[in-house]
Amino acid sequence: VFSIKSYSALNLYSCSLKNEDLKEMLESNKESLKLEAMKRIVGLIAKGKNASELFPAVVKNVASKNIELKKLVYVYLVRYAEEQQDLALLSISTFQRALKDPNQLIRASALRVLSSIRVPIIVPIMMLAIKEAATDLSPYVRKTAAHAIQKLYSLDPEQKEHLIEVIDKLLKDKSTLVAGSVVMAFEEVCPDRIDLIHKNYRKLCNLLVDVEEWGQVVIITMLTRYARTQFLSPWREDALFDENSEKAFYDSDVEKEKADSKPYMMDPDHRLLLRNTKPLLQSRNTAVVMAVAQLYWHLAPKQEVSIVTKSLVRLLRSHREVQYIVLQNIATMSIQRKGMFEPFLKSFYVRSTDATHIKTLKLEILTNLATEANISTILREFQTYVKSQDKQFAATTIQAIGRCATNISEITDTCLNGLVLLLSNRDETVVAECVVVIKKLLQTQPSQHSDIIKHMAKLLDNITVPMARASILWLIGEYCERVPKIAPDVLRKVAKSFTSEEDIVKLQTLNLAAKLYLTNSKQTKLLTQYILNLGKYDQNYDIRDRTRFLRQLIVPNEKSGALSKYAKRILLASKPAPVLESAFKDRDRFQLGTLSHTLNAKASGYLELSDWPTVAPDQSVRNVEVMEPQSLERQPSTRGSDLFAYHLLVLLCSDSDDAKEKKRPKPKLDSVSSHSKASSSSDNTASSGSESEEDTDSDSEPEQKKKKKLRTALCEFQAAPSIRVSSPVFVPPKSHELLHRMSGKGLAVSYHFPRQPCAYSHRMVSVQLTLTNGRDQPLEDICVGEAGPPGIAIHRFATIERLQPEASITVSMGIDFNDSTQAANFQLCTKTDQFSVSIQPAVGELLMPVTMTEQDFLKEQGQLTGMNESSVTITIAPDSMSSQPVGRKVVSVANMGVVPSSQNSIHRFAAKTVSSGSLVLSSVVLQEASTAKLVVNTEKTVLGSVLLRELKTALSQG
Amino acid sequence: MIHSLFLVSTAGHIFLEKHWKSVISRSVCDYLFEAQGKASAPENVPPVIATPHHYLISVYRDRIFFVAVIQTEVPPLFVIEFLHRVAETFQDYFGECSEASIKDNVVIVYELLEEMLDNGFPLATEANILKEMIKPPTILRSVVNTITGGRELRSVFAWSVAQGSGSSNVGGTLPTGQLSNIPWRRTGVKYTNNEAYFDVVEEIDAILDKSGTVVFAEIQGVIDACVKLSGMPDLTLSFVNPRLLDDVSFHPCVRFKRWEAERVLSFIPPDGNFRLMSYHVNAQNLVAIPVYVKQNVSFFETGSSGRLDITVGPKQTMGKTIEDVVITVHMPKVVLNANLTTNQGTSTYDPVTKVLVWDIGKLNQQKVPNLKGSLSLQSGAPRPDENPTLNIDLRIQQLAISGLKVNRLNMFGEKYKPFKGVKYVTKAGKFQVRT
Repeated sequence: VFSIKSYSALNLYSCSLKNEDLKEMLESNKESLKLEAMKRIVGLIAKGKNASELFPAVVKNVASKNIELKKLVYVYLVRYAEEQQDLALLSISTFQRALKDPNQLIRASALRVLSSIRVPIIVPIMMLAIKEAATDLSPYVRKTAAHAIQKLYSLDPEQKEHLIEVIDKLLKDKSTLVAGSVVMAFEEVCPDRIDLIHKNYRKLCNLLVDVEEWGQVVIITMLTRYARTQFLSPWREDALFDENSEKAFYDSDVEKEKADSKPYMMDPDHRLLLRNTKPLLQSRNTAVVMAVAQLYWHLAPKQEVSIVTKSLVRLLRSHREVQYIVLQNIATMSIQRKGMFEPFLKSFYVRSTDATHIKTLKLEILTNLATEANISTILREFQTYVKSQDKQFAATTIQAIGRCATNISEITDTCLNGLVLLLSNRDETVVAECVVVIKKLLQTQPSQHSDIIKHMAKLLDNITVPMARASILWLIGEYCERVPKIAPDVLRKVAKSFTSEEDIVKLQTLNLAAKLYLTNSKQTKLLTQYILNLGKYDQNYDIRDRTRFLRQLIVPNEKSGALSKYAKRILLASKPAPVLESAFKDRDRFQLGTLSHTLNAKASGYLELSDWPTVAPDQSVRNVEVMEPQSLERQPSTRGSDLFAYHLLVLLCSDSDDAKEKKRPKPKLDSVSSHSKASSSSDNTASSGSESEEDTDSDSEPEQKKKKKLRTALCEFQAAPSIRVSSPVFVPPKSHELLHRMSGKGLAVSYHFPRQPCAYSHRMVSVQLTLTNGRDQPLEDICVGEAGPPGIAIHRFATIERLQPEASITVSMGIDFNDSTQAANFQLCTKTDQFSVSIQPAVGELLMPVTMTEQDFLKEQGQLTGMNESSVTITIAPDSMSSQPVGRKVVSVANMGVVPSSQNSIHRFAAKTVSSGSLVLSSVVLQEASTAKLVVNTEKTVLGSVLLRELKTALSQG
Repeated sequence: MIHSLFLVSTAGHIFLEKHWKSVISRSVCDYLFEAQGKASAPENVPPVIATPHHYLISVYRDRIFFVAVIQTEVPPLFVIEFLHRVAETFQDYFGECSEASIKDNVVIVYELLEEMLDNGFPLATEANILKEMIKPPTILRSVVNTITGGRELRSVFAWSVAQGSGSSNVGGTLPTGQLSNIPWRRTGVKYTNNEAYFDVVEEIDAILDKSGTVVFAEIQGVIDACVKLSGMPDLTLSFVNPRLLDDVSFHPCVRFKRWEAERVLSFIPPDGNFRLMSYHVNAQNLVAIPVYVKQNVSFFETGSSGRLDITVGPKQTMGKTIEDVVITVHMPKVVLNANLTTNQGTSTYDPVTKVLVWDIGKLNQQKVPNLKGSLSLQSGAPRPDENPTLNIDLRIQQLAISGLKVNRLNMFGEKYKPFKGVKYVTKAGKFQVRT
């Protein structure tokens, strides 16, 4: 009830305060309010409104236990992290922790978000996370890793080489879930590295049917390119055979001839690809069908290509946009291979309800498919289209008729007559288009068509479309000798209207005048002079230019020189007829089905399909050695099996966590861990708050009072003061050397403290070791041997069975240092050697950060005085005077949490020791003249004084 | 792959944007608006538009442009197919895909889009999986079938998953399908009544010319299923006459190999409604045209008027009744009004859209429906030179016009006895009569 009331109340506030409300809601303790706020923020993002100022308030909820809230925070984070890089870093450790979660869903989503945050500083962390996820047991996490590869690559292309290693590893993956995603990564990062494909080629072909549909498209496209570089052309045979057939027929020594020409044998791998993609023509996904169709077009022997026809025609039943793309590809195909689509001619008949671009493409295809045999059917169909209400479409049809007429000479006259009839059409666009097409047709047919020309001369009075007028004028000029009577009259008419004509008409008028002047100067001399004078003062410089040129050419004078002698031959030269071609003629230079093909221009990132190699590359590169038994994963080979095995892997993350928590008996010592649970939850309601207080204060408070307090807390929804373990502030990890390559006989080991809660025991500090094999042989059985001293417990990492040369691996271990800076010594063993090593912890790494309110801090500090307090006055580097550097410096030395402070000059930090959970408080009070007072309060006095020294060093450095 | 998605209303209002990589300014949509300005209707906007820095691939449906922004080479069909899946998912979740329903459910829309794409590459597009991760807006509701619009399937598909709190619409588990080789089915399905229904729906696509002769005719069919079976059933569906099927496409659940070898459909079905297969009937078979149409539409040269006379009657009906007959005519622009009388059904003429709709209903053998009367044209305007085409809609229950028959349905892998049913329907697809 409370939440609804407050929400509706908040709703009433004015718009300018809106973000303030959202902030308030996000900072409240009620999860429902936070969720409501996040939903509204997502609504803002969806509308494209700026919500970046809420970043600090939102990012606090990144570790929420409520999955929906968390997901919405992720959405926000991914959207704004790029703009708020510093703040985004606060969330990184949450993801790092989640990457180690036993639930694969959580691991995967952490990787997804971590890799989507486009903050360059975390590139090394992303790289590490991807490497680890690529070897994850869950194929779902590995799939996510494949996606993350592309994200990291676009963030930092310099990681290319490392990413290729991961791609290589994932390409070997046998899961159908991973295949599509890793091939996608391959295509984005290193499409030229086809050597990585060889060994996986057959596996990919065999997996293909079971890969999800989107992955299929990507794999098929990639394999098309691959095949064009690795196999011999299956088309070569036809060509060779044609050339030789005649010779072979007459040649008596047929045997010898055959031996010479080496009959073409298709590589079995080439066949494998064709065979395994064929069933996908039956996919419901149109993109898959198109991908297979283009594969067959580019790779299959000519006689096999036509199996894709039916499927492509089927796609024409799909959505309008699908039709558009498919028709474009059919248009390109039908130019080269009429036969493929001719039986389906009627499928390309235009319906009155088709969209304009669909109609145009269908016309294009019908024109491409026209042959002497079917032209009469097509023309009859065209006649219907010419009458269409869509005049633009009617005009396109006329162009199509023109093309059919030039391609098939038998029908040219029929078409011409038909078009002349259309000249009396009432619609001007149709008539204009007719004139243009007739002009082109007459040019190809220089026989006597003076009737048509006369007819067109009459049209000039009524037609206003400039292109058509220009065409008529050109026709009359060109064939003026065939219509000697009417040509001068036409010139007279246009001379009258010259000034009001469009530019192209003016140009053709000038042409007509010049041509008539040369052939019939007696009748037209004055008219021509008149028109040339008009042209001389035209506004358009093209027309003025042309006028000047023509005058010099045709009107002889002293200056005109030799050229005017040839004026007639220049102007009235016989001109080659225009070729009416398909707009799709050269489209086949692009791979079918690509964006570039659709645009008829190279799209960025387009990968050329190479020509077939002339000499077959080595086939054996694709041979795979006998299958090694897969130790880690079991892959279901057929659909439908092993489902339950996977089902078992799935854990309900929140519920299972809760369940575990309840079942596990809670010993007193467990307090730290239960704190951490409470803090990672956003469920900061009274119950968890008071629970943690119960833990910390249990010694001092009597049982009854405690219970009463819990009850009141629950009733009043008042968060009790509490100290909670918080997530560490992100600092770039500092790596230390554990074993040098020289002393380790090739084995180099470094370690760092990831500052994450240790998975093995809450008393342990987690340490990550990175082992690198610098030898030229693999190292085997790397493990941790004897360890000491007795006070320090070590959780060993699992034995590494084999480490390949140049390879490196990161493992984590846990060490309970017992809150001392004593070094942990242990032996690092390989199969042959043993090395004694020791890890000396920095005191700051023995802590885990906590948060508390300022009041709590002061209260706790007040209890830790006397010998528990150590302090020193330091000279502070001038740049550290502001709050940011102080915080950063402290945090880089010690894993502490920042405590909010009401005074600008005082900075407070709090932490607990990992092993015993003792509170460690530190404060920096900035004073005059770059001095500061540094105080550390803790009951672990030794640790406190060491920490004080280290903080002093860090802060006084510049 | 897909960089960003914008949803744009026909009026040019961008009401949703989502970016999977870095943010692209919404001003990129101006290129779409420019193309829209040139096109006479939204349908005519080209699906692929190149801009200086990006490529826009868009899909127009349900009065919304789904605009995907692309930066590098990608198969355009890949994007188009995906955008249609997005629209179908919205339809499935909200009952309708409209600007209003998307705005009302913007959080769910965002959550869906987040799951459907990772870094612009499709992640989960199966309705079954998505519903396990993100619950539809109301808990118990009748889900309108994605594919058929729900008219074909008799039972209401209730989302019967018991869920804890109503406030959260995000599921806590990773859908089981995501991890298995059967991504379309969730595990642990349980029904008290186990039933499997199949609808064989055939559509006749035809163009008849003025005289009633068939210019072009073919039959396209689909088999839509509503399967509500517990556990992990493995079904086999066989036909009496599979040879009729010329070209087929399947839901990913169908095993290609079995079809190629034995001509049976063998599959583990998704839970709920789905389209099992679509097919095309062998072109050699003559298509029975169930109705005849006699029409006479003419416009007079003088007097700005015209006449219209249409008669429809049953032809080859195989003894079944033809129902839901509707004739739609898109009149030329100059037709101002129509004054028509009919002896059956109702006729309406919308002078704004210039669409004449004659809703006839059932066709009887005895009485032949007829529509006639006069058309008034805009005075002074020239007579239209093309007569309008008639689009015919009809439906025949309990008949697959191709003669396709389901033989039997067998179930393996589960012990219970399911209730099975097959229904046949014939409809008119793109059925046009030129006049």
